[in-house]
Amino acid sequence: MPPKLTLFDKIWNRHAVHQLGDGRALIHVDRHVLQETTSWHAFDALRDRGLGVRNPGLTHAVIDHSVATHAGRTVDSFPPTRDMILAMRRHCEEFGLRLYDIDSDRQGIVHVISPELGIALPGTTFVCADSHTATSGGLGAWAWGIGTTQVLHVLAAQMLLLRKPRTMRVTFNGTPGPGIFAKDLILHLIGRQGVAAGTGHVVEYAGPAIRALPIEGRLTVCNMSIEFGARAGLIAADDATFQYLAGREFAPKGAMWDAALADWRQLPSDNGAVFDQEIEIDCAAIAPRITWGNSPQDVIGIDEQIPAPDSFADADRRAMAERALRYMDLTPGEPMAGTPIDVAFIGSCTNARLSDLQEAASVARGRKVAPGVRALVVPGSTAVKREAEAIGLDRIFRDAGFEWRESACSMCVAANGDMVQPGKRSISTTNRNFEGRQGPDSRTHLASPAMVAAAAVTGRITDVRRLLNQGAA
Amino acid sequence: MEKFTVLRGKAVPMMRANINTDDIIAAQAMLGKPERIGDRLFTAERYDRDGNERPDFILNQDRYRGGQVLVAGANFGCGSSREAAVWALTGYGIRCVIASSFGEIFHDNSYQNGLLPIVLDEATVASIAAAIERADDPTVTVDLERGEIRLPENGLVRFEIPEERSAALLAGMDELDLLLTRGDALDAFQQRDRVARPWVWEA
Repeated sequence: MPPKLTLFDKIWNRHAVHQLGDGRALIHVDRHVLQETTSWHAFDALRDRGLGVRNPGLTHAVIDHSVATHAGRTVDSFPPTRDMILAMRRHCEEFGLRLYDIDSDRQGIVHVISPELGIALPGTTFVCADSHTATSGGLGAWAWGIGTTQVLHVLAAQMLLLRKPRTMRVTFNGTPGPGIFAKDLILHLIGRQGVAAGTGHVVEYAGPAIRALPIEGRLTVCNMSIEFGARAGLIAADDATFQYLAGREFAPKGAMWDAALADWRQLPSDNGAVFDQEIEIDCAAIAPRITWGNSPQDVIGIDEQIPAPDSFADADRRAMAERALRYMDLTPGEPMAGTPIDVAFIGSCTNARLSDLQEAASVARGRKVAPGVRALVVPGSTAVKREAEAIGLDRIFRDAGFEWRESACSMCVAANGDMVQPGKRSISTTNRNFEGRQGPDSRTHLASPAMVAAAAVTGRITDVRRLLNQGAA
Repeated sequence: MEKFTVLRGKAVPMMRANINTDDIIAAQAMLGKPERIGDRLFTAERYDRDGNERPDFILNQDRYRGGQVLVAGANFGCGSSREAAVWALTGYGIRCVIASSFGEIFHDNSYQNGLLPIVLDEATVASIAAAIERADDPTVTVDLERGEIRLPENGLVRFEIPEERSAALLAGMDELDLLLTRGDALDAFQQRDRVARPWVWEA
């Protein structure tokens, strides 16, 4: 009988170009997407060594991290990154690569456009010099973030030198209640297991609650694999995946589609396949999640109190909690709900797809952003922005007092001029609540789009379920 | 890549867990060319808003200023894929980080840049930090060939890293050279793959 294999084992085996005999292999890269802030030096090195791009046809490039988000933006809009964007244009032209530039219909955050355009496909190896590359694992791709030197390797050799990671399966059981979204599931996992639990593993997310998620929710779960410590996280493709991909620009068409589909159906983990580690999560009891500290593992339910440092058994966690409570200006024992906010940000590769905007809009509809709060929506891609406008979401947000901006990474990484001011408190649909992440001395709370919208309209961190029950004001 | 054989320099204990890539270098500080990027290492903790050194930050204290070995808490370098985090450390002069675990992408990026990441169990890392704090002079020697860290007061700790990593560091050898020597295997793979999975090659 053939060995029982996991989805990841199958993808690994198919992509091993050469085994070095010491446990390492040269792994073929099927899809490589470049973004402007981490590729510059790779191109310089490529040129210095007199090398070309091995497979330009497997390579795409986009400008997302450092571009401004106001209407009518240009390369000059944010001077500190002007040279970086110009260099990206120059490099893509020099090496013959497709670039989705600032004004392109295909522009957007790399992890939003890659599924949206069908660049990422089930069973493919997919890399980008960005830690949230695992997002595309939501389609059943093995997708992971690399460094700039590895960008050079892929450009020149279309392969990476890797040691096989271990495997982990996280099974989400039960049915989440109303007001609970993909973001809450992944934050719950990270909060329960910690930010290093997935280190060294490729994580397969499985179980009925994952199967029930629409594709965009699966992308959100996989997106935060790195906050769980794992470089890659993936979900086996199923009919929902195929339906999502059919007709996408770079997805196969016609007879090629049929052949691909027949192949993709062979990929899910075999019954009885063994994972190095297994974790089970019960989704039924999860309340909306919110972070209180400066690590994505600092997660509580909206109905819980801010923890005291001495509630942690681990000395490291205790020290981190003390520091975080000081930085975040929070008092242990007080409820998280009711904390006033200054900024509400809806955006990023985690939560700025159409369904995210719809979930936020359903809360914002007919309500007003609270006085003194700056609320922004930065769609995940130019296509998402247009689709949202076609169904009137922009109107809902604008009427409520949200800014409606152009697509980019924006206030998630604060490298394009969009920043939370020092000392200000932000609730954000993003993935990192590190000190200074949204700007020097900014304070970030991570939550779902619906929770961020609820805080925007109440001016305080609020249990979104209360607003859902109320209907529009 | 710069070789790594024997490093003798000040060791700096920063035992907080989960020091992340944004702590090492914030996104705003990594934009542009990497010249003098070491000046921007740990910006938020190292400088006040006017750009003056904060005296309480460890690298601003004469005892540790110019340190070349960092002894850090668990999960060092978690967060972003930015290789600039490694460039900021090496730009400052740090060539070795000792911790009980590392963020995975940072760990890989370190090796690509001749920065030696040493993984030891938590108790050993803590004992190294304590030995440095106790010593009159916090200078240590990291000897990759012998797999030894020589501490003040004749302390000695052994470490291991994967053999291929050690060979590459000792020789200053680049992974790309190895990849490029396998062009024939790649050609054969791609030829087969175009038949087996034509849809991968269509777009």
